[in-house]
Amino acid sequence: MAKLPVQFRLNGSDRAAFVDPAENLLNTLRRGLGDFAPKYGCGQGTCGVCTILIDGEPHLACLTLAIACEGRAIETVSGMADGADLHPLQAAFMENFAAQCGFCTPGMLTAARALLAKNPTPTREEVIEGIAGNICRCTGYEPIIAAILAAAGSRDVRRA
Amino acid sequence: MLEFRKDVFADERDDNLNVVGKGLQRQDMPGHVTGRTRFFDDHAFEALRHLKVVRSPHHHARIRNIDITAAARAPGVKRVLRGADVPLNKNTLLSLINFGKDDEPSLAVDKVRYKGEPVIAIIAESEAAALAARKLVRVDYDPLPTVFDVEEALKPGAPVVNETYPHNHFEYHDKYDHQKLRFGDTERAFREADLVVEERYQMSPIEHAPTETNGSIAAPEHNDRFIVHSCAQGLFFSLGTTAKILNLESNRLHFVGGTVGGGFGGKVDTLTEPLAVLGAMLTGRPVRYVLDREEEMLYGSPRGAERIYIKDGLRRDGRIIARHVRSYFDAGAYTRLSSYAGIKCTAHIPGPYSIPNVSSDVYVVYTNRCPSTAMRGFGVTAVDFALEVQMDKLAHAVGLDPVEFRILNAYRDGDMKPHRRVAKNTALIECVQVAAEKAGWPLSPEAKRRSSLAGGGGERALIRATPLDERGRIGRPETRTAPSHQVLPAGTQRIPVSKEPVSQGANDGRPLPALVPLHESGRPAAVPPPPVPAPAYQPALASQPLPISTPTYQPAAASAPAYPPAPPSPAPPPAPQTQHGAVRFSSVFGTRRR
Repeated sequence: MAKLPVQFRLNGSDRAAFVDPAENLLNTLRRGLGDFAPKYGCGQGTCGVCTILIDGEPHLACLTLAIACEGRAIETVSGMADGADLHPLQAAFMENFAAQCGFCTPGMLTAARALLAKNPTPTREEVIEGIAGNICRCTGYEPIIAAILAAAGSRDVRRA
Repeated sequence: MLEFRKDVFADERDDNLNVVGKGLQRQDMPGHVTGRTRFFDDHAFEALRHLKVVRSPHHHARIRNIDITAAARAPGVKRVLRGADVPLNKNTLLSLINFGKDDEPSLAVDKVRYKGEPVIAIIAESEAAALAARKLVRVDYDPLPTVFDVEEALKPGAPVVNETYPHNHFEYHDKYDHQKLRFGDTERAFREADLVVEERYQMSPIEHAPTETNGSIAAPEHNDRFIVHSCAQGLFFSLGTTAKILNLESNRLHFVGGTVGGGFGGKVDTLTEPLAVLGAMLTGRPVRYVLDREEEMLYGSPRGAERIYIKDGLRRDGRIIARHVRSYFDAGAYTRLSSYAGIKCTAHIPGPYSIPNVSSDVYVVYTNRCPSTAMRGFGVTAVDFALEVQMDKLAHAVGLDPVEFRILNAYRDGDMKPHRRVAKNTALIECVQVAAEKAGWPLSPEAKRRSSLAGGGGERALIRATPLDERGRIGRPETRTAPSHQVLPAGTQRIPVSKEPVSQGANDGRPLPALVPLHESGRPAAVPPPPVPAPAYQPALASQPLPISTPTYQPAAASAPAYPPAPPSPAPPPAPQTQHGAVRFSSVFGTRRR
């Protein structure tokens, strides 16, 4: 199958790849460009572990065609920290033990980042709505909700 | 808020502790929040090959014919693996500790025993090519009668699921159809009880549903070794299993893991590593074998369903005087870890309660379901749920508050457990008292006064007379033909835990498994395997069984005054030929070579 060229910005750098017309962005990022932060969990858009930002909007990389990303700006958790300085959400996830096995964490952080970009002071209910597309099998969600609220400076943090 | 009750176990507590109560950062957390944690699939390889398996569409069927010609010629396909390509195509997980017989193939050969069982593996340049070629494999099946119910499977004439165990149950110590516990005389106690309650409990299989599906990547490394990136929960257990199945020395496998994307017990089965390594050996390329979500949900082994019957005899005052548990653990088509679950279940009976007469029969049963495996307290979780629901029903039946009822029947220090161990450090009474207090549940002054440290032992420390069952199947082998009315002091009967190791091709006369030919470019795929090289070093222990002393427990006369003294123990029978697990380890991998 003839491959097609595609160019986009990935975490602030220009990247190019040759992709199959039917190839999803998750495969291009992971196997093509070596960014393993977005994960494969279901391939059907139901678990959220492949969540990435395209032009600031959260998208599921497993359901996004790579060639549809021509000229877009893609952000993953790999580019979230500023050098050694963690993003406030990353620091809050660490402090609140919001990761257990760590597999859902990149998608969860990305969903939280998209939420706070739109709504810097979410309520607990809005946080729950914001991560509703992301499945975590370990934590029971409470530490994750607490971390996101803490990163937003909310006092509405209920600790277990 | 967390509250520390330092008065509990105060005399056993070393208070020079300086970590509890402080926040400590986990060492893996920075990797998790920066996306730098490398899970098994997060490794780049040049010329990575992808392995997909053809699975059985039938629950139970004979394989008449397999045609892989079209699949082998399909674009991008590098190799098609059949059962015959697997050096030791029969394994059981706990064989590494010498427990159970090899019963499960990596790729089915003559028969499929559950829907989703792997039959053929295809290795291709891309996942898409492997998936396309999967449709080209032709397998002719003769469907066979199926059995899905644990009790139906044990009836005479039921379809035989797994020929290694022709009676559809695991064989404990190679001869017993179930795991048995006998303590006192439950039948007599039921007759003497004021009230008898019997209930049935049915559990469901549960899929672990880890966010990361099962998988591994195996790649040829320098020095003739293979690196294996694995999600295994027991990395070295998986390494040993892979080495055994592939007839490889374990030092040729370099397993990398520890980053498990959710396990919960569902990643102990070594589902993918053997075929991934075999693929890497035969193609000379990195091979990635990852279950997709559908495979994980349908064919990743679940928590086994259990059916549990509990029969209790009570006195009017609320004391339980007899408990009988009959449990059937649904292993699915192969053993995996279910045999161990049966032992754990037995060890947990009768729950944390002091009951003078206890018996249980736990069967591990084969059905045409997906094999079940470990999951979060497996073997105990289900029976504990059943026991606690039963406790509520019993409390209701005798008209007692369920919390008071538990305090009344709880173990106390010094009580004899049905497993012939004295209960120590018991704290159920205190736990229930604290729980009641926190929940605002009113307790009687008497229940509040009770303590695990008072009232135990004495009468409650006795090992009661335990009759043989109607088949005489409790006791030492030489007593097993004794008439069923014979009464022996319990505890004197320990069945020797020993048996001949059973491993295809190890030392049971069957041919040794072939070595996998190493990939050489330009070499035709179907080269007959080279003969097995003669072992350069044979560990002496492999041919000399370790002497195993048969433990015979003789209760001191003072500790069991209520019963006739134990008859003089006859000379112990000659210890059966046996091997220690550690010895088995070297023999499992063929022979230890330098």
